Amino acid sequence: MGTQTTEDLLKTPLHGLHVELGAKMVPFAGYDMPVQYKLGVLGEHLHTREKAGLFDVSHMGQAVLVGSDHETTARALETLVAADLVSLERGAMRYTQLLNPEGGIIDDLMVTRPADAEDEGKLLLVVNAACKHGDYDYMNANLPESVSLEVRDDLALLALQGPGAVDILANWCPEAADLVFMTGKPTFFDDIPCHVSRSGYTGEDGCEISVPARKAEEMARALLSHDDVEPIGLGARDSLRLEAGLCLYGHDIDETTTPIEAALTWSVGKRRREEANFPGAKKILGQIADGAPRKRVGIRPEGKGPAREGTEIHDADGKVIGTVTSGGFGPTANAPVAMGYVAKEFAKKGTPLTLMVRGKLRAAEVAAMPFIEKRYRK
Amino acid sequence: MSTVKFTEDHEWVLIEGDIATIGISNYAQEQLGDVVFVELPEVGREVAKGDEAAVVESVKAASEVYAPISGEIVETNDALDETPAKVNEDAEGAGWFVKMKLSDASELEELMDEAAYNTFTAGLD
Repeated sequence: MGTQTTEDLLKTPLHGLHVELGAKMVPFAGYDMPVQYKLGVLGEHLHTREKAGLFDVSHMGQAVLVGSDHETTARALETLVAADLVSLERGAMRYTQLLNPEGGIIDDLMVTRPADAEDEGKLLLVVNAACKHGDYDYMNANLPESVSLEVRDDLALLALQGPGAVDILANWCPEAADLVFMTGKPTFFDDIPCHVSRSGYTGEDGCEISVPARKAEEMARALLSHDDVEPIGLGARDSLRLEAGLCLYGHDIDETTTPIEAALTWSVGKRRREEANFPGAKKILGQIADGAPRKRVGIRPEGKGPAREGTEIHDADGKVIGTVTSGGFGPTANAPVAMGYVAKEFAKKGTPLTLMVRGKLRAAEVAAMPFIEKRYRK
Repeated sequence: MSTVKFTEDHEWVLIEGDIATIGISNYAQEQLGDVVFVELPEVGREVAKGDEAAVVESVKAASEVYAPISGEIVETNDALDETPAKVNEDAEGAGWFVKMKLSDASELEELMDEAAYNTFTAGLD
């Protein structure tokens, strides 16, 4: 049991609501966060895949990069990431990573070009909670002077995820139903101004809603009043994203992994490959051309026992060829699921692996991700 | 005549003659959350008090279960292979883990009775 005091921990605008709902609170990225509510991790996971789950992700960093026009701002941020941001249409959202000069991942983030013409020259950023201060420092130190970074600590962030999420949200915010996957727009939830995007971290359809902190609880209570919405904690957030094959920063990706090793090559823009002007471009483009020495893959352990983060991966001769970076039990897959890095010759789907779980060898194989059927609404 | 004892690691031990049935307490299952897998030892294995005897996995994490007493594993609850959720539903009954043949009955004296265990867990919250 933790000995860390809770007094120094930060609280999101929904902290009081979490406690009222009977959440078990844990320290996470400096915040006192709900790891689970009364349903428990398993029940919350299954509920999200079946109906709709409400997540408080207000601990994540929200910021706006501001420049004179879209191209100026996009080109500025492109100096630190490998995505093509110039080509972003109004209202479009893109996943990318802040890169260090060696091509390692400082953080992964979502970048949205605002839908409204009056927001021309802005890019909306959402970064990881544990990385946000470092990200802001890195951006402030390295971005050209043509842009400025505005941190939006005045905003909360909610995610409503699951097959029922969009229809439910549309009861208060009809415009949510018009969004396609990876787009967003400013809109209203009843009379609450907010920014809604069709996106998430569960492998399900759903939305993320950026809302003024002082209105977040009102919005959360309204959504929770719907019979099909349950509050979901960080425990199920992790099992849902793992089944969806999505990376968790600090575990599956970090400053020692490149986007190519992390199987995120799709996020390196075609134009950016030709221009070769992002941090670590030489290494990253070399890995695209010749293959990375190791690759992040999905892993299905045989049997029912999970293989957790840190588990050594062996080849048939007992040689260590990699490590599990995320692993657990997938409630929807109803089986253990994992991801990890293996030497490139072992990265092909179906390759047999051996896992060293608590001193015992366990059979496993390289598996396609996601481990569940993705149901994003294209 | 049977007696139930508890350990500070949240195992329970039901003693019937020289056979002890062992599981994790209801308090422990509440702390763990949904149990998805229990790794049980082989029947016939000799374990010393404090040895890792089983592993209980929730969605979130793996937790070791240490042998509360020394002896030989004489039976394991194979029903947990198919329905690990029995640990949550009935931790101190159908969710038992192993039966052991005691090798040193004096070790039982170090364990807590139910009242002492309840006082112990009340102090943890």
